[in-house]
Amino acid sequence: MKKTLLSSFVAFGLAVLPLSAQAGTVTVKGSDTMVILVQRWAEAFMKKNPATKIQVTGGGSGTGLAALQNGTTDIAMSSREIKEAEEEKLRARYNTPPTGLPVAKDGVTFYVNESNKVDALTVEQLKDIYLGDTTSWKAVGGADAPIVLYSRENSSGTYVFVKDTVLGGDDFAASAQTLPGTAAVVNAVSKEKNGIGYGGAAYAKGIKELKVKKGNDAFAPTAENVKSGKYPLSRDLFFYLRNKPAGEAKAFIDFALSAEGQAIVTQVGYFPVK
Amino acid sequence: MQEQDLAPPVALPMLSPAARRRQLKEKAIAALITAVAFTGIAALVLILVFVAKEALLLVTDAAAREEASFSKMFLPQLVRKGKPLAYVWQPVSGVPKVSMIPLFVGTLKTTAVSMLVAVPLGIFGALFAAEFAPRRLREVLKPTIELLAGIPSVVLGFFALMVMASFLQDTFGFTSRLNAVVAGLGLALAIVPVIFTVTEDALTAVPRSYREASLALGATPWETAWKVVLPAAAPGILAACVLGFGRAIGETMIVLMASGNAAIVSANLGDSVRSLSATIAAEMGEVVVGSPHYALLFFIGVELFLFTFLLNMLAGVWTKKVIQRLKGGAG
Repeated sequence: MKKTLLSSFVAFGLAVLPLSAQAGTVTVKGSDTMVILVQRWAEAFMKKNPATKIQVTGGGSGTGLAALQNGTTDIAMSSREIKEAEEEKLRARYNTPPTGLPVAKDGVTFYVNESNKVDALTVEQLKDIYLGDTTSWKAVGGADAPIVLYSRENSSGTYVFVKDTVLGGDDFAASAQTLPGTAAVVNAVSKEKNGIGYGGAAYAKGIKELKVKKGNDAFAPTAENVKSGKYPLSRDLFFYLRNKPAGEAKAFIDFALSAEGQAIVTQVGYFPVK
Repeated sequence: MQEQDLAPPVALPMLSPAARRRQLKEKAIAALITAVAFTGIAALVLILVFVAKEALLLVTDAAAREEASFSKMFLPQLVRKGKPLAYVWQPVSGVPKVSMIPLFVGTLKTTAVSMLVAVPLGIFGALFAAEFAPRRLREVLKPTIELLAGIPSVVLGFFALMVMASFLQDTFGFTSRLNAVVAGLGLALAIVPVIFTVTEDALTAVPRSYREASLALGATPWETAWKVVLPAAAPGILAACVLGFGRAIGETMIVLMASGNAAIVSANLGDSVRSLSATIAAEMGEVVVGSPHYALLFFIGVELFLFTFLLNMLAGVWTKKVIQRLKGGAG
């Protein structure tokens, strides 16, 4: 909520400024998830290259990709892959295939209370739990107690991610309690011994991050497993450009993908791609 | 009435200049006060018009009419294949489900719990303060309870979320930590001072002669308080309860934080609930402007307005009856 407010303020501020393709300025627009990360990259980059200005604006992945088509941004941030229709439009308009670069990874973790016996679940089990078909921990190898579901408000990107990747587009059970923000979910699960919630990787007391089972193996949401794709509930965060990166935009992207840039990814709480 | 009082002197020609200036001043002040009063009314009307205008989309826009028809809002719908029909609030689903019933149930449950706790607490607290408390104690009691009214609701919500929720779950063994009882008790904290203050004022305003007459007839102080003072103050007490109810139904922050916000239709007070007001607060943040979902949130606003309005009207009618009866008894 706060983040949205902030990014909409920034968006408004930038909308008022004349957006010109003046030399020395690279505009980056799109995913709200990525704003906090790209902002940090921009700060670090501008410290090293004072001549270049990087303007970062949120608004959502769709907004960023639309701005790329309209020519009002140099780089679009997107927490999803570009859609075919969007790619077609870009190709038709600029006669060049757009470039998409994964610049970071973002994982979604399921948490349970520390005292819960369950350590790992399959994606299928998580789906049944969140659809409301599995209602007891006993069914997934835990104690004989009802499962208390925590979810996020439906405006959250993480909500949409879980809905799409875990629930296959179906709705969350009506009994899922919705809380504002990952911190609220972590806090709730730490106090509810039968609770389960989800959000970004969180290092909080009183909760346990569930591993995700695939066959006989279970994978924890560690940087390693997210990077290699073994942990299934992760997504790439992308930069999209109208064509091949060049000039200052290229310098900025190179910085983002450098060891220093990827160290910032870890600091922000996402996972590096390299 | 004022016009009648003022008109003849103005018409008289031999008014002294000083008196005339006073007349003018009086008129200017009256006009200013009238203007301020009408600004208040205008603001209320404008708010209603604005909210209703945004909700009107549900009638005028074909897509909105399709997605959020009255039957979809108030009748059970198919949620998933092979499952029974149900009332579900999932407005951002692939197939949006916009049943208002779980929100009504949630609002009624939290409001009922809070009123059940706050009304007796507020009224008996006020009765004690007005009739039985020693003067010194009363001078401490009243400002203390009124101070409670000054606590921001987000603080009460946080208290309910962090302290009351765990305590109540340990005590009563609720399945969900956040539920209608926690939210209702949190709400009660916000309403008690409202009911207490207004009731106390109403009780204090009952003429001394009533009490003296009652005591002179041989009634005990308790009988006097219960059978004479309390009924005499009934219209004021009802107003206190209506104010409290209005606050309970519209209060957002405490319910948003402490109710769990799950849109469940059940009679169990231990289940999580989602209220009308909390739904607006939670979803207005990122709703697409002009979408059916957006119009629905404004429609909820209209509903809340109508509830409060209707209740006030009913209370007004009832109060009039009580006053009539009291007057009849006296005369």
